[in-house]
Amino acid sequence: MNTTVADTAPSRFLCHEEPHAPNGTLLGFWLYLMSDCFIFASLFACYAVLGTSTAGGPAAAEVLDLPGLAVNTALLLVSSVTFGFAMLEMARKNQRAMLAWLAVSGLLAVGFVTLEIHEFLGMIAEGAGPGRSAFLSSFFTLVGTHGLHVSVGILWLIVLMVQLGRFGLTEANVRRLQCLSMFWHFLDLVWVGVFSFVYLAGVLR
Amino acid sequence: MTVKRLRGLLLSPLALLGGCHLALLDPSGDVARQQSDVMIVTTVIIALIIVPVLVAIGVIAWRYRASNEKAHYDAEWDHSPQLELVVWAAPLLIIIAVGAISWIGTHQLDPYRPLDRVAQGQPVAAGTKPLEVDVVSLRWKWLFLYPQYGIATVNQLAAPVNVPIRFKFTSDAMMDAFSVPELAGMVYTMPGMQTMLHAVINKPGQYPGFSANYSGAGFTDMRFTFEGMSQQDFDDWVAKAHAAGGTLDLQAYELLRQPERDAPVRSYASFEPDLYTRILNRCAGPGQECKGQMPMMSASATADDAMQGMQGHPAHAGADSPMDAGKPVPAQAAAAH
Amino acid sequence: MPEAMPHRAPIWNFLFGRLTLDSLPFLKPDLEGRIVLVTLIVVAIGGLAILGLITRKRLWGYLWHEWFTSVDHKKLGIMYMILGTVMLLRGFSDAIMMRAQQAYAFGPQMGYLPPEHYDQIFSAHGSIMIFFVAMAYIVGLMNYVMPLQIGARDVAFPFLNNLSFWFTFWGAILFMVSLFVGDFSTAGWLGYPPVSELQQGSGVDYYIWGLQLSGVGTLLTGVNFVTTILKMRAPGMSMMKMPVFSWTALCTSGLILATFPVLTATLFLLSLDRYLGTHFFTTGFGGNVMMYINLIWVWGHPEVYILILPIFGVYSEVVPTFSGKPLFGYSSMVYATVAIMILSYLVWLHHFFTMGSGADVNSFFSLTTMIISIPTGVKIFNWLFTMYRGRVRFTVPMLWTMGFLFTFTIGGMTGVMLSVAPADFLLHNSLFLIAHFHNVIIGGVVFGVFAAVNYWFPKAFGFKLDEFWGKASFWFWLVGFWVAFTPLYIMGLMGVTRRLSHFDNPALQPYFIVAAFGAFLIALGILAFIIQIYVSVVRRKAYAVGGDPWNGRTLEWSTSSPPPDYNYAFVPNVHARDAWTDMKKHGFQRPLEGFHPIHMPKNTAAGAIIGALSFACCFGLVWYIWWLAVASFAGIIVAAIVHTFNYHRDYHIPADEVRAFEHSGNWQPDAKGASA
Repeated sequence: MNTTVADTAPSRFLCHEEPHAPNGTLLGFWLYLMSDCFIFASLFACYAVLGTSTAGGPAAAEVLDLPGLAVNTALLLVSSVTFGFAMLEMARKNQRAMLAWLAVSGLLAVGFVTLEIHEFLGMIAEGAGPGRSAFLSSFFTLVGTHGLHVSVGILWLIVLMVQLGRFGLTEANVRRLQCLSMFWHFLDLVWVGVFSFVYLAGVLR
Repeated sequence: MTVKRLRGLLLSPLALLGGCHLALLDPSGDVARQQSDVMIVTTVIIALIIVPVLVAIGVIAWRYRASNEKAHYDAEWDHSPQLELVVWAAPLLIIIAVGAISWIGTHQLDPYRPLDRVAQGQPVAAGTKPLEVDVVSLRWKWLFLYPQYGIATVNQLAAPVNVPIRFKFTSDAMMDAFSVPELAGMVYTMPGMQTMLHAVINKPGQYPGFSANYSGAGFTDMRFTFEGMSQQDFDDWVAKAHAAGGTLDLQAYELLRQPERDAPVRSYASFEPDLYTRILNRCAGPGQECKGQMPMMSASATADDAMQGMQGHPAHAGADSPMDAGKPVPAQAAAAH
Repeated sequence: MPEAMPHRAPIWNFLFGRLTLDSLPFLKPDLEGRIVLVTLIVVAIGGLAILGLITRKRLWGYLWHEWFTSVDHKKLGIMYMILGTVMLLRGFSDAIMMRAQQAYAFGPQMGYLPPEHYDQIFSAHGSIMIFFVAMAYIVGLMNYVMPLQIGARDVAFPFLNNLSFWFTFWGAILFMVSLFVGDFSTAGWLGYPPVSELQQGSGVDYYIWGLQLSGVGTLLTGVNFVTTILKMRAPGMSMMKMPVFSWTALCTSGLILATFPVLTATLFLLSLDRYLGTHFFTTGFGGNVMMYINLIWVWGHPEVYILILPIFGVYSEVVPTFSGKPLFGYSSMVYATVAIMILSYLVWLHHFFTMGSGADVNSFFSLTTMIISIPTGVKIFNWLFTMYRGRVRFTVPMLWTMGFLFTFTIGGMTGVMLSVAPADFLLHNSLFLIAHFHNVIIGGVVFGVFAAVNYWFPKAFGFKLDEFWGKASFWFWLVGFWVAFTPLYIMGLMGVTRRLSHFDNPALQPYFIVAAFGAFLIALGILAFIIQIYVSVVRRKAYAVGGDPWNGRTLEWSTSSPPPDYNYAFVPNVHARDAWTDMKKHGFQRPLEGFHPIHMPKNTAAGAIIGALSFACCFGLVWYIWWLAVASFAGIIVAAIVHTFNYHRDYHIPADEVRAFEHSGNWQPDAKGASA
């Protein structure tokens, strides 16, 4: 700043072009994901503290099903890859291929949630429900919260596919798809944490 | 001693306020007294910066009031590296001093640490056995077990003066805080957890004790009397409890643990030998088996675990963690005095 | 575990869950019931009178179109401030009831409140004051001021901003409903287990869902404000040219992002324990009470900095303006703010030194707590040196600031005392702690809110607030605060603990009577504030001011009072820290021609609808009315999806309209701003 310049013209202090900040929505959504990280961090912390508090009930190694987990993990990771293909098709403005890849991603995620619900029901039937011990409470809550996020993602995906089908790749829809893509990969990342921290560490312990 | 003089300075004007005893500034137990010393010394150190600032706020605001045309006005002056250095350094120096005192005091006055003195200049003689009191907070009363004497009391605690006391705390259902301001700082009690306190009382007398953590509708009445007495009086007091009879077995405990407001003082001539351990392991119900499955850990260990957990380290199994800072203490057999 | 349902025909349980006629406290014939009944009648008459007035004046359409569905950050800011003020009255009546009970309940006299009722009052007082008074006020201030200060037209996500408000609003309503339907939590403002696990009835559930609603609202606000500040600053306004209030808004919003999710998660786990019988914070089956206490304070301690940082920002605007000088040590101020933001995350354990942590852990948290007082001390010095060599005008905002400097500095001193772990073993949970906490929250946050209201009111409404009643309010508050809390400091040193509903020691009674008198003085302060608003509205013609009544320094003073919907006809181009001072110095002349159409967000009803549905959902959850909870939850999802199908969320204000406002707006009579 220079105080000696006696430039009183309004143009010095006003913009005649409306400034435009790009990618505000993406930043905002990313911030939301970071705050969601803190929710998961709290649940992970609870699991860390309570993971061995079995109160005489089954321990992690006794109830967790590793082969089922392998299928589950594969489904989710592949759905992330197929979502990536969808984004590539979006960049090529190839709407039909994009919708097809999105549908594949959605179906894989539905498979993931179905398997998870199956695992949960099996555990509850064996008497290892969330009310049995603090360990099981924290297990069901951590894994279930992730599953709930995936379910929300599926619902979002369906709505967005309808919107893409009806309105095409408008600017708003592209932005939404970018947000959903971030969400999708974020859930994958969280699952890697759940997978290593809950399942692998739990079975090894 | 300077702290003594400071304390005198502080107490003399405040004492006029209404004839109440400012227990925290002039307590009767050595631990509380040392804690109080730390408080007074740190307060004086902080006051070294706070008082000049308070004066400066008044002086500067008044001197540079708009109507005072004589005061120097500099509409551009908005930084000064020297001043900013002072502004950061002055509080930093104060905090270094206070922080050092806090660090040393926190370690010296750690409630888990056995006492090495009963008063200033009076170290604990080698081989002195502390008075052991196992404390259980109930809804809404205090149960005190004296394993060395085999007696138990409710809402009444006594100890001989100048004898180290080792308290172990647990709770039946709620989270409470054992607090006798004249004796020592407070410690939380929690179900299934054990906390500890080492303390000593130096003056005979009756002191108020209470729970300092809200625990439900009867919390207000969760009071007891702590009595410091001579060794002779204490022995008489124990003998009286023995003479009065009464047994606190598991059935009696089951009745005692029912919620009760404004509970009267009670005493028992004997109690179930492993009652405290059972309560700690949450298997004190009549006919209940103690499987030893429940984690028995000091609250210290679990609080650390909780923090480690937040930093991503898995908590270690509570069942293996030693009680009481490393020394496993078996439940004391009740020994008749 | 969920509670058993009442014994009656299943259809009633289906329709009303566990809500029965016995749940309505005002139907009970005892004293407690009478108190609630009288309150209900007063609230009902007052509420009906307001609703009737609105109906008679045919204001519903106006309110709906111009306010409830508004996405304008300025209107939302004002609505938050109104919500905060209404809730202040509620929270303060709780305070008066507590002070009355404690002044009265000695020896054989048990007071007029049984413990079950008294305990609800202190819990409600704390949670309302923090969540619905202090939070509403600071979010309201940031909403109003921050976008104007950074030269933006609105926030980054205007719809989200509206939704946040409604979540907060309905959370507050849930708390208010608990007064008349069912009861409230007795577990204190933080809902500590085991009390919050074991308390029967709807009280804790009201607490949980009320906080969940407002917590989600606050979290969305955090996302919104961080994006706004990072992305929407006027050209030329680099981070280090940003006004300090906006800096503090950024840091507070960052803290909100990092801590409110922890609150959400913690309350979620508590609700799982209460509804599904899990064992997170139970005392059996491996549950861990200490984990709740750790988690809630991981949120709870940063929360007090979330409250105080924007208020530090307020003082950093008020002091330079009324000293006629730039803020001393701007960079120091910014670094101190950022340091406080980071450190506030590392101190939570000082709330429970006495819970049995080892000496090393306690020492660590004792030290971090003390370290946080260094940047805070720096701020005090910077305000001091801003006045130095200045021309200090003791207007009402400046008076509040002076009151703050004295009061808060002393509160800081007692805070350092509490941070010394050995001393804390004595002082913890005592009335000393209560006095300290109110010392920094009243002396810091509340005084700052009043400074801010007096400072920015002319900007928002085009007329100043009455000076006499403003000063009266200030002196009643300041004196009232010290009269009310000095006895608490002294009793704390006697070892008197908090939350007691009855006392045996008659020597304490005089202290409590003095404290009650102090609360009465504060009540007069609140009354004076309301009179101040009333008098100023009545005399608004006489008190009218232009765009820059205080000779302000930041951009918000460069536009009209009140500002147009679009804030600035042309987005400012910033060259210096105190941008408006810089413009004035260069003889800036406002252009009166050459306007463009301005792109603005459209109002939407989605926020109000989703908010109301979320209230219905939470009410259903509190009372186990599952059909209501499920139906309204489905309604929320549908409303959200329908909203996403609306692609026409913006419009252009035509250049003619902009021109018309720029010629008629309120910049005069004192645009040059000489008045004090």
